[in-house]
Amino acid sequence: MRILTQIGIVLSVCLIGEGISLLLPFPFPGSIAAMLLLFLLLVTGAVKPRHIREKSDFLLQNMAFFFIPAGVGILDHLDILYRNLLPLLFICVVTTILTFAAAAFTVRGVVALQNRIRGKQTHDR
Amino acid sequence: MIDKLTASPLFGVALCVLTFELGVWLQKKTKSPLCNPLLIAIVLIAAVLTVFKIPLENFQQGGELITFFLAPATAVLALSVYNKLAVLKEYFLPVVAGCTAGSLVSVASALLLCRAFGFDESLTYALMPKSVTTPIAMELAEQHGGLVAVTVAAVVFTGILGAVCVPLLIRLFHVGDPVEQGVAIGASSHAVGTSRAVELGEIQGAMSGVAIGISGIVTVILSLFV
Repeated sequence: MRILTQIGIVLSVCLIGEGISLLLPFPFPGSIAAMLLLFLLLVTGAVKPRHIREKSDFLLQNMAFFFIPAGVGILDHLDILYRNLLPLLFICVVTTILTFAAAAFTVRGVVALQNRIRGKQTHDR
Repeated sequence: MIDKLTASPLFGVALCVLTFELGVWLQKKTKSPLCNPLLIAIVLIAAVLTVFKIPLENFQQGGELITFFLAPATAVLALSVYNKLAVLKEYFLPVVAGCTAGSLVSVASALLLCRAFGFDESLTYALMPKSVTTPIAMELAEQHGGLVAVTVAAVVFTGILGAVCVPLLIRLFHVGDPVEQGVAIGASSHAVGTSRAVELGEIQGAMSGVAIGISGIVTVILSLFV
């Protein structure tokens, strides 16, 4: 599909996402609303992957690039960063390890539970 | 003259593209997760602006043009989850449960540690969403009044940390199963970690990619109650 049409589709979904975000009674990011909406459109087949493929590939493959200006904004907050450097690093390291362990062990637990339930079912038969 | 030139949006955009491409080239050369292109670009641009005393507002004339693309870039994450629908269906429950537990632990531990260190709200809410992918983390930080720039720094650092420490963490917690590995990497260190998961194997890569999306959504929902 023409690239301009693809851009039109993606940006329209984003605009509707912003609209949904404004209508919701609680704070919810517009871009996440757009993501959920696009997922729904893909699952229902209203939007086909080929309708947005090149535009999406461009955005996804260069995702990191779009964060540069936001990251450079740290220049305005360097004093806060320096003053709290050690606690900030400590928090990042500890939460990353805890999150990794929590996710891994939960997957293990749920898979084991599912296998036991499935095992029982085959046993009953 | 110089001030007028750097105030043109072209300056910021050109600087971003050049430094980022240099970062991509360096990463290809060294294959080290420490040579993260985003990190290299941010550090180089910060150095250029500081050394040549160029105001941040001048750079952001072009920067704002690039930031505009964050919303559509977040929205099309839907396509990458959709592309992995088959794997997701097979392991739906364990993956969703793993991401939920991971996000819960991430948000809770960040909030508790920030309180322990006596951080104010702008710093606490900047760190709260640090384990999810940058566009989602940024939106969440902004909505809660956190310093968005600190969020970006924390998210990038967490990603690199995850990518570097993955082999160590796998051994430490005896995580042998590819699905467990993928979900744990995606939930704890988003896209930068996922680039490492892809190297471990196809299942790890796909699971890690799916975990980014699900952890992001779970964290958005969790943050509604914070």
